[in-house]
Order: sequence, then structure tokens, then C-alpha cells
Amino acid sequence: MNTEILGVVLMYATVVALAIPLGRYIGKIFNYENTWLDKIFNPLDRLFFKLSGIDPSKEMNWKQHLAALLTTNAVWFVLSLFVLSNMSWLPLNPDKNPSMSWDLAFNTSVSFVSNTNLQHYSGETGLSYMGQLILMLWQFISAATGIAICAVVFNAMKERTTHELGNFYSYFVRACTRILLPIAFAGAVILVFNGTPMTFEGKDSLTTLEGAEQHISRGPAAAFVSIKQLGTNGGGYYGPNSSNPMENPNYLTNILETIFIFLIPIALVFAMGYVLKRRKLALMVYGVMTAGFLCLVIPAIYYEMNGNPAIAEMGIAQDMGSMEGKEVRFGSAASAYWAINTTSTSNGSVNAMHDSMTPLTGMFAMIGMMVNSFYGGVGVGFINFYIFIILAVFIGGLMVGRTPEFLGKKVEAKEVKIAMIIALLHPLMILGGTALASFLYAGNPEVYEGWLKNPGFHGFSEMLYEFSSSSANNGSGFEGLGDNTPFWNLATGLVMLLARYLPIIGPVAIAGILASKKFIPESAGTLKTDTSTFGILIFAVIAIVAALAFFPALTLGPLAEYFSLY
Amino acid sequence: MKNNLIPAIRLTLVCLVFFCGLYTLAVWAVAQLSPGQGKGLVITENGKNYHFNVGQSFTSDQYFWSRPSAVAYDAAASGGSNYGPTNPDHLAEVQQRINHFLEHNPSIDKSEIPSELVTASGSGLDPHISVQAALVQVKRIARARGLTENSLLQLVEKHTEKPLLGLFGTERINVLKLNLGLDKL
Amino acid sequence: MKNKNTSLFRKDLVQEALKESFVKLNPKIMFRNPVMFTVEIGTFIMLIVTLYSLTSDAQGSFGYNFTFFLLLLLTLLFANFAEAIAEARGKAQADSLRKTREETPAKRVSSIGKIHSDAVEIIPSSLLKKGDLFFCEAGDIIPADGEIAEGLATIDESAITGESAPVIREAGGDKSSVTGGTKVLSDRITVKVTTDQGESFLDKMIALVEGASRQKTPNEIALTILLAGFTLVFIIVTITLKPFADYANTPITIASFISLFVCLIPTTIGGLLSAIGIAGMDRALRANVITKSGKAVETAGDIDVLLLDKTGTITIGNRKATHFYPANGMDEKHFIKSVVLSSMADQTPEGKSILELAGIDPLSYEVKDARFIKFTAETRSSGIDFENTRIRKGAADAIKTLSETAGNAFPDETAERVTQISSNGGTPLVVSENEKVIGVIELQDIIKPGIRERFERLRKMGIKTVMVTGDNPLTAKFIADKAGVDDFIAEAKPEDKMNYIKKEQAEGRLVAMMGDGTNDAPALAQADVGVAMNSGTQAAKEAGNMVDLDNDPTKLIEVVEIGKQLLMTRGTLTTFSIANDVAKYFAIIPALFIVAIPSLQGLNIMNLQSPESALLSAVIFNAIIIPLLIPLALKGVAYKPIGASALLRRNLFIYGLGGVIVPFIGIKLIDIFVSSFL
Repeated sequence: MNTEILGVVLMYATVVALAIPLGRYIGKIFNYENTWLDKIFNPLDRLFFKLSGIDPSKEMNWKQHLAALLTTNAVWFVLSLFVLSNMSWLPLNPDKNPSMSWDLAFNTSVSFVSNTNLQHYSGETGLSYMGQLILMLWQFISAATGIAICAVVFNAMKERTTHELGNFYSYFVRACTRILLPIAFAGAVILVFNGTPMTFEGKDSLTTLEGAEQHISRGPAAAFVSIKQLGTNGGGYYGPNSSNPMENPNYLTNILETIFIFLIPIALVFAMGYVLKRRKLALMVYGVMTAGFLCLVIPAIYYEMNGNPAIAEMGIAQDMGSMEGKEVRFGSAASAYWAINTTSTSNGSVNAMHDSMTPLTGMFAMIGMMVNSFYGGVGVGFINFYIFIILAVFIGGLMVGRTPEFLGKKVEAKEVKIAMIIALLHPLMILGGTALASFLYAGNPEVYEGWLKNPGFHGFSEMLYEFSSSSANNGSGFEGLGDNTPFWNLATGLVMLLARYLPIIGPVAIAGILASKKFIPESAGTLKTDTSTFGILIFAVIAIVAALAFFPALTLGPLAEYFSLY
Repeated sequence: MKNNLIPAIRLTLVCLVFFCGLYTLAVWAVAQLSPGQGKGLVITENGKNYHFNVGQSFTSDQYFWSRPSAVAYDAAASGGSNYGPTNPDHLAEVQQRINHFLEHNPSIDKSEIPSELVTASGSGLDPHISVQAALVQVKRIARARGLTENSLLQLVEKHTEKPLLGLFGTERINVLKLNLGLDKL
Repeated sequence: MKNKNTSLFRKDLVQEALKESFVKLNPKIMFRNPVMFTVEIGTFIMLIVTLYSLTSDAQGSFGYNFTFFLLLLLTLLFANFAEAIAEARGKAQADSLRKTREETPAKRVSSIGKIHSDAVEIIPSSLLKKGDLFFCEAGDIIPADGEIAEGLATIDESAITGESAPVIREAGGDKSSVTGGTKVLSDRITVKVTTDQGESFLDKMIALVEGASRQKTPNEIALTILLAGFTLVFIIVTITLKPFADYANTPITIASFISLFVCLIPTTIGGLLSAIGIAGMDRALRANVITKSGKAVETAGDIDVLLLDKTGTITIGNRKATHFYPANGMDEKHFIKSVVLSSMADQTPEGKSILELAGIDPLSYEVKDARFIKFTAETRSSGIDFENTRIRKGAADAIKTLSETAGNAFPDETAERVTQISSNGGTPLVVSENEKVIGVIELQDIIKPGIRERFERLRKMGIKTVMVTGDNPLTAKFIADKAGVDDFIAEAKPEDKMNYIKKEQAEGRLVAMMGDGTNDAPALAQADVGVAMNSGTQAAKEAGNMVDLDNDPTKLIEVVEIGKQLLMTRGTLTTFSIANDVAKYFAIIPALFIVAIPSLQGLNIMNLQSPESALLSAVIFNAIIIPLLIPLALKGVAYKPIGASALLRRNLFIYGLGGVIVPFIGIKLIDIFVSSFL
């Protein structure tokens, strides 16, 4: 078999093989069961709680959880805003990079606190080391926020009637210290040994073999890169993210970084199975997510490996596939694979330029973000999927002639209302945002000329992609978009903000309300949610709710480009 | 909200210390044990340092050309072209690169040119080219340097990096290392 | 019930419904249905565009716009027609029940304070008020619903139930209710009116069907929210398409936008939703069950536990004598003679069955000075005294007490026999002569044929059946096993039922029960679905949320299936409606853009003739699918008790996959047809 495809198969097989035991481990952590790492982490956690003045044993209801989440995130946002707009005089700035403008600081702060990592700046020139480090902090704790709130939802799904859903801070700290920290550290060490920089020295300067001057950006990149991959953050240390050979030096690091994208999102699905003692349910969820992922990734790899027909027409060889925007050390298969990995989770890191990919790969990347739950972001991916489960449970429940129930709790008008609002939000943000941008652009193409690097359908795709990425808290981009303008900074900043917190509030509210309802034991008449049939139903709901709504937009972007190209 | 604010601030500060401070320092400390001490992968030839995983621009006929770069191999402002596959500017640029290549390598048939040699990489710093991309340049370099094609073919083979474990990923050649080897011939 | 087999579309009903379809265009009425309301707005916009196109061709020709306007109007009318025909059918059904009691002369007994005078005045039934007393004699039609205050009568209820065998109703006790429209066959009763005119359960139900007081059921509300959500999604999709198209320099006409929107929103289910709900109540009514709310029907579908009375539900009416067991040393003939004599005056079905088994006419015996002893709750035995003989028959422990008090031992062999009969599901009656046990009569319950299969069906639906009986636990267990129920309550007192219901409910299950007596009322009220028998007391009928006109205890099973059907029909049609969108997208989207972007021909996978024909075909399909599905909406999706997963698979296959495929075929066919005219 082709070694490029073999590489892709290896990456997927490895991540699943690692995610299963990790899921078990995460499940134990959420269940407060003993693990062999307790000796290290119990004292560490105690230290955290003592220093923060938090009682980790205080039970919270769903509203208290959300209050804790929103407060901490608000504090981070303010701190981030301060650092980013004052970098120039703060320490750790050897390259003398400037502070950010207010709109860019707003956008970047929202972006990192919301786990999006949309970057309207370029790491080498737009941030000091201080700026990079503070962003790295958000990469840890915004990811931990997602995991913690996911733990709350798991807890709420248990078979009982309760208002008490554990302690948010406790979940949060456990996610930070016991999950993210050790794995990120291990990843960073591997990266360092493969050549990713980890230094506080400034740029290196040298003369190339042909005698030109070359400046090479460095910095504490390895620590940063590891957690940005692991926490579905995706914000690169360098501008072009993991396509940069410092950030991702070779095929081995590429495997590592690709695995990190999926590792926790998949593990959390298995963790759910462990926490709820419902392995079959976890397998069903995993199956649906995987089916969706495969539907996107297989054609993407196919189209990238087959090259760009417009270039094929010029009569040259495209044995490596479509190589514009890609690195030779990864090849087109691993680049396409990464592209779908990063967009179907809300990671957003790239190892190739998505803007330069063939039209349908771009479309599949967008669909990954539009669905946003084929594994999805750490924690929030499952939470997004939860909304689809609720909708599918409702329709499926009716189809078997019973008031819909999910895990023994009746799904009624209130839950359907919340689920529908959240399901609505994503199309509203993406289509509404793109419509606004199109409206401005179509009304005055000269004024907004700088927006679109590419004309025609592809230019439309750039705008559609940007809003999809923001609304999915993804952070990748069709980077041809001239996005560091007040319009894009504010519009995408707002979208990221709403698209992060409302889809957390909604599902947590549903889960909290369901948890407080009476538990109804299963009978032969109850709709079983852990069957493949139900999986098909969820898949259909996702396809119709999440994907079909975007069909007209996709037609005018990637599909039109595809049909004009092939 | 109010009850949460103080713990939130204190927790943030603790996290700041741990994840910005201790985590970074720990990785940094480990980096000191690594080959490049975390300062990049550097090789020294003739007293000069080169980051061998950062591509350099090679455009003269005496050297194996590296891939086109949207940022002219500026490693302090890396990036790709972000041209879409149907962008007429992009296609014109590729066509122009093909023409340029054919001008300098007249004995090569157009259909032998691999696309990676006329398309820009994502980072603009791609240190590698494919084996095919090296092979199509052998005739030109042999003529320019007065070397036998055979010795160049051997050099190319010597510098060919196999896929990981021979199984996974692409086969490729580090242009900088290849050209350093070329200079030694 | 005379109208059981009414065809779906009776001519007069259709006419009425057609008229109603237009009346229902009133936006105030439409507003209740958000999906169709948006269609109405779209139609209105199209009307304006059509008028505008008389003056300018900027939005396409007049004919083009007018066609779309008509199609949208048709879509609305179809949806209204669905609701109207369902209402008309329900109303017709209820009317036929109501007609029987209109304007019957009533013999009102005037009363002064609490004293009834004997003066009787004849007034029309419509003037009867709650609390009035009237009397009926043989041959009278009972003018209003009420409770017998005095007397006993045989009544022909066939007008209501369709059952020709007369029934006995008497004052006091659990069979004291009479229904207006039924006919007294014998005797005379005085009846107290229990409801004012227009407030009987039937009247309430008619109001429910007519929509005046129809409230959306919880699931219907949730579904409406879901559909409104989908509608909002497609509002976003349609509105944002305008700037997208501007960017791509693709002009799109308003007619196209509205077509896209109307085709994408779930009009099929939106149009049929209320029809489905009404049809559910209508189906209940056809089963002779009056529901007091739509919610009750819906809840019936969710039932987890059914409490069923043994007698009449599981077993045929009453027990029958099957064996005589004379005690040791007792002459069989003498024993039979004693048994027959003791049962001479026993009018209970059991008593009669004893005579039947003996096959001897009791009058062939000569007895003097006979005095019959009636059954009382204290003695729990009955019998006959004549000359110097005292024969008693009764429950084993009652006779045991009787004989032991008199100093006679209760024979071990008899005790054994009693146990043996009980454990075989029989009821032993012990007979004594002069306080000495002379033998045992075995009464057996006859389990209804086919009941086991019905319980099996219920089990597959996930419903637990519980038999309620006054029998001792041993007998109860035997019958429970034989009939295949999951659990039983033996020696049941009314509070046992109540406790059982509460216990199940505490564990999260929904319980349904049927009852008739006043002491059933609290349990009926407590149960999630309480079906009161029409013959039952007013208290019972008030407490339950359904009334069964047939007084048929197995009706619960039908009610559950009707409830499930109701939910399923909603679910499957929702699925079908939404699945339709796939094909509609592929019809409309290429049509919208193909003029400006010819390469999008590749998306026209149905190979539709032209953009115009594609749009028309999609809109026509969208409209006619509503009337095509009306029969399904009214009849309901067939329920098969094959387990939830299999059911989901089946419905997902038929209505999900079918919903994807059917419109592809339908739109293509319509396109072939339409394009021959364009």
C-alpha cells in the first residue's frame, strides 16, 4: 500500500488504541476512583485548592456550574486583554514586538479563552514571548474548562434524580493536572528532541548557502505546540502553524501532533461509557462520530492526492498530489487527514494551507466545522453531540410511540426548545456572518478588495470558512482572507464568544434539568439509544440539521468551484 | 458571580504559576538535554551554522532548487501563498514557474516536472523536495558544475530520506543537506 | 356503534371540510400553527409580487408568479383541509352519539326543597338542569346522563355501545349510571341529572375536537417547537441566500426564494399535525372511548403498567361450578340434593351455574317451610332452612367457623380439597348441613380465549400487566400464571390498588387502570390514565380521564395502542417531512443558480428539464404530498408490538429512507409532466 495512506492508517489506529485506555483513565478521574497517579496528584490538587481558597467537595447544581465557568472565563478574558494590549513594555519581549490594537486584542482574547485560537496575527511578529505564554495558559485552562463541563454533563446523565452535579473547580483542576499536564509535557519533550525550539533567546540570524541573510524565529515553542494540539486549541506558535518546520519538524512529530488532535475528544467518548457504565452507548456515539469523520476524510484524502486539475492541465506531474500550501515531509494524504482532523474537532491547527486545498477538501473541512461534533472539541464536542442526541431522541421516541426518553429521563418541550435554539445558533452565526460580509463586499468590492486573496467562488469560501471556523471555535482559516481588520476582528470575536458559551449553557441546562427529573426504568417499549439503528437516526439528524442547512452556501462556494474545475 | 470571583482570580493566578511558569520551565529544562538545547536543529559546515530543518532559498543553476516560497524563505515571517486552486493569478504563477524551469532545464520534458517544484509550500520554509524533484535537476547541475550525472544520482540517493520505518509517510530529500553534499563533491 | 366503518372521506364531510379550509385561512387561526403561518406570509408576499408583476417583469412574468401564488395557496388549503376533515369526522362521530339524546321528552319530578312531590311535568330534555330528578318507565328513552336515585331497571344501551344485550342498572352500588339516549326496557327508575346540558363528557369531547377548547398536548407542544426551530433555520438559510447570491452576481426572483423556503420548512408535518391529534381522539371515540383531553390519549401511549380487573377482563364474567366433591362417607346424591336446595334461591351467576352443573330441577324436590338465607357480608354464606335441616354454603373459613362453633370438626380431607382447588385457580365453596361439613363445590374461572396473546403483545410493547382480584393469593396466582399477567394483587381492597399505583409511580412508571365503583375513584384519579366505565358511578367518571361507553375492561389495551399510534404518526411524518428536504434541495438549489453558474448542472442529479420546471415540480410535490398523506394521518401509522428497536428500524426505513427517495421520484415525475406544458 501507498506509504502515505499507510501513515494515515497508522495515525488513526494509534489514536484509537491510545484513546481507549485514556478514556478509562479519564472516567476514573471523573468518578473519583483511585488511579496510580494519585500519589503525585492528590497533594498537587490540594495545593491548588488551598491556594485558590476553594472547597472542592461542595456540590453544585447546573446553574452554579455555569456561574463558576463563566466567572473564571471572564477573569481570563480581562487578563488576556490586558497582556495583549501591553506586550510592548511587559517583560519577555526580546524581538521587540508591538502590542496589539484593541480590536485585535479583543479578537485574540476571545479566541483563546474560548478555545478557538483563531489568529488574526502572526505569531513571529505579533506576539512577545510573554504574549505567547499567556496564550498558552488559556490553551491549558480553556481546554480544561471544556473537559470539566463535559464531566458535569456525564455526571448529570447518571441514572438517578439529583440537583447535585459535583464541583466545577474540582473537575477543572483534575482535568488540568491529571489529564492535560502530563500528556502535554510528554508531547513537549518528544517535540523538543525532534527539533522544536524551546528557548527564551530571540531570533537566530545566519547566512544561507547562497549567501542571503536569513532570520529564524525561535522561542518557547515546544511547550506551546504540545498543548495547542492536545487541547483542541490549535493556535500556532508560528504564523503558518504546524506546517512550519520548527513547529512540526518531521513525520514523527506530525504523527504525534495529529494524534494529539483526536486523543482527548475520542477518549472522552469512552470516558462517558466508563462513567455511565454504558459501554454500548459510548460505542454508538463513537460509531456515529467515526462514520461522519470517515465520510469527510476519505474523499478529502482522495482529492488532495489526485492533485489540482487546473495544474494537471499544464502538463506537469502531480505524483504527490496537490502540493500548493503543503509540505513535502508530510505529503498530501497526511495533510488532508490533518485538515479533516483539525476541523471535525475544534482544533484548528494546520499542517498545510487549507485555502490552497482542492474545493471539495475545503468543503469537507467546512462541513467538519459546521457539524462540529465528529469527535469535536475537548469536552464541547460531546456536548454538541448531546444536542443532536436530544433531537434524535425526540424524533425517535415519537417514532416508537412513546414520549421520548433519554437514559431514563423524559425529554419534553423545555429541553427540545433549548436544543433547538442551540442547533439554530450555528447556522445563524455562520450564515448570518457570511451574509453580512457578502453584503458588504458585494455592495462595495473596491473598498473591501483587501479582504479576499482569491476571486470568485473561492473568495466566498474564504468568508464562509472564516465564520464557520469562528462559530465552531475552530480557529483554522482560509488564510487568504485579509482578516486583521476591525470588521473581521469584531464580527468573528462576537461569533466566537456566543458560539462558545451558548452551546455550553444550553446542553448543561438540558442535562441539569433532565438530571432533576424522575428516573424511569427502561422497558421493552423504551427507545434504546445504544443501538446502531439509533446511531443511524442521529447521523441522519446531523446530516439534515447540521449539514443541509449549509447546502446553499456551500453550493455557491466550494461546490461551484468544484464543478467549474472538474 | 460574586462568590465565584475571588476563587476565580486566585485559581487563575495559581494556574498562571503552574502552567505558564512551572510547566514551561520544566519543558525548557528538559530541552537543555536535547541535541539543540531547544535552540533549533543546527549543523555546522565550514564554520557556518545552518538550521537544517528550515528551508533556504536556492535559485542558482549550481544548486538543487528548493521549492518556491510565498515568503522568500523568511523564517521570521513564515507563511503560504493561500492561493485557491482556481485562482488565475496562482495558475499564471505556476505556469510561469514551469516555463522558468524548462528554460533552465531544457532537456526535461514538461510531464517530468513534479508539481511540488512549482508550487509554494505552506510554511514557505519547506526544507524538502521529492526525489523526482531532485532527479529532474540533475542534468542541469551536472552541466553547470561539470560533474557526471552518475555522481549526482549517487548523491541524490544518499540523501534520500525514506518514509518513517520505510512504511509511513513520504520519501523526501533535505535540499540544504543535499546542496551541502553537492558542495563537497 | 353504527359509524364504525365510515369511509375516510364521506361526501358531506368533505364538503364541510372544504368550506372550513377557506375559513381557516384567517391569520388569527393560522397563527396557532407556526409552520403554516410562515407559509401564509409567503403566500401573501407572492400575492403582492404577482400584482407587481402586472406592471413590471423584474420579478418574472405574471403567469409565472401567479402560478406560484396559486400553488402556495393550495398548500395552505390542503393543510387546512387535513385539519378540517379530521375535525369533521370527529364531530360527525360525536354527533351521531349526541343525536340520540336530543329533544327527548323528560318526565321531571318536581321537588320542593328536599321533598319530592309526586307531581310530574313533561319538559324537553334540553331544559333539564343538573340536580333535577326525572323518572323513566319501560319504553322511555332516558333524556339525560344521570345517576339512578331510586329503583332498578333493565336498559338497552345499544344506541351507545352497539351491544344489544340489555344491562341492569340500579340505585346505589357501582352500576348506577345511565346515559342519555339509552332506553329503559323494564321497571321504573328515578334518575338524578348529573351534568348540565352541554357539559356532558361527550359535549366536552366535541368541543375538544372542534378546536374551541383544543389544547396542544405536551408532546405536540414540543414537536411544534421542533418544527418552529426547523422553520427558523430555513428562514435563516433563505434570507442569507440573498447576499450570497448578490456576491455571486446571481439574481434570484422572490418567487424562487419563497419556493425554496416553503419547500424546505416541514410543511408536510406542519400541515398534518393537528389533524393527527384530532384523529387520535377520533379513533378513541370510534373505540367508544370518550377522552376528556388529548393529553390523556397521548399519555396512554406511554403507559408502563396496566391494572386490570380479573373479572370481565381476564376471565369471562363469572365463575362456574365445575365439580362436586362430597365429603368422605357422604352419599353423592344426597350431597347434590343439598347443594341444589341451597342454591334454589341463589340468583348469583355462581348459584345458577351450580344448578346447571347438577342438572336437576330444584322444584322436583319437596321441601316444606323453606326459608332462604341470603348472603351477607357477616356470615359470608347463604343457604336454606327447611324442616329440621339447615344447609349452608360459603367460603371455606366461614363454614369452618360455623361447624367448629357447633362442635363439629372441619375434616382434614375437606381442608385439603379446599387448598387443592384454590391452587388450581378455582374457588372452593364448602357446604354444610346442620353445621356439619358435607362436601365442597369447585367453582372455576374461565379465562378468556386469546387473552394470553394480548398480554404477550403488551409485554412486547413494554407494558407490565397487573391483575387485580378479590380472590385469595393462591387462586390469584394460578389465574395470573394461566393468563400470563406479570403480577397480581390478590384479595384486593380499593386502597391496595391505590398503593400499588403510587408505588409504581414512585418508581417512575406510568399506570393505567379501569374502574367503575365509587371506591375506585381515588385510584382512577391517581392513575395516569384512568378509564371509567360508563356504567360506573358519577364519581368514578369524574375521577378518570376517559370514559368507556362499552364498559369493556379490555378496552385499556386498545386505548394504549391508540396513544402509541398517535405519537408514532407524528414521529414518522416528521421524519418523512424532514427527509424530503434532501431531494428538494437537489431540485431547487441548481435551479436557483444554474443560469448564472452553468457548471452547477453537475448538481442537477435528477436531470430536471429547466429551472422553472424544477422549482414548480418541487413546490407541486410539496403541496400534493399533504393530501396524499391525509389518510395516513387520519388512520394512524400501524402499531406493531415488535419492541422499540425493531419498530424504530422499521419506521426509520419506511419513513426515513422512504422520505428521502419518494420525493426524488415524485419531483422527477412531476417535472416530466410539467415540462411538457412549459
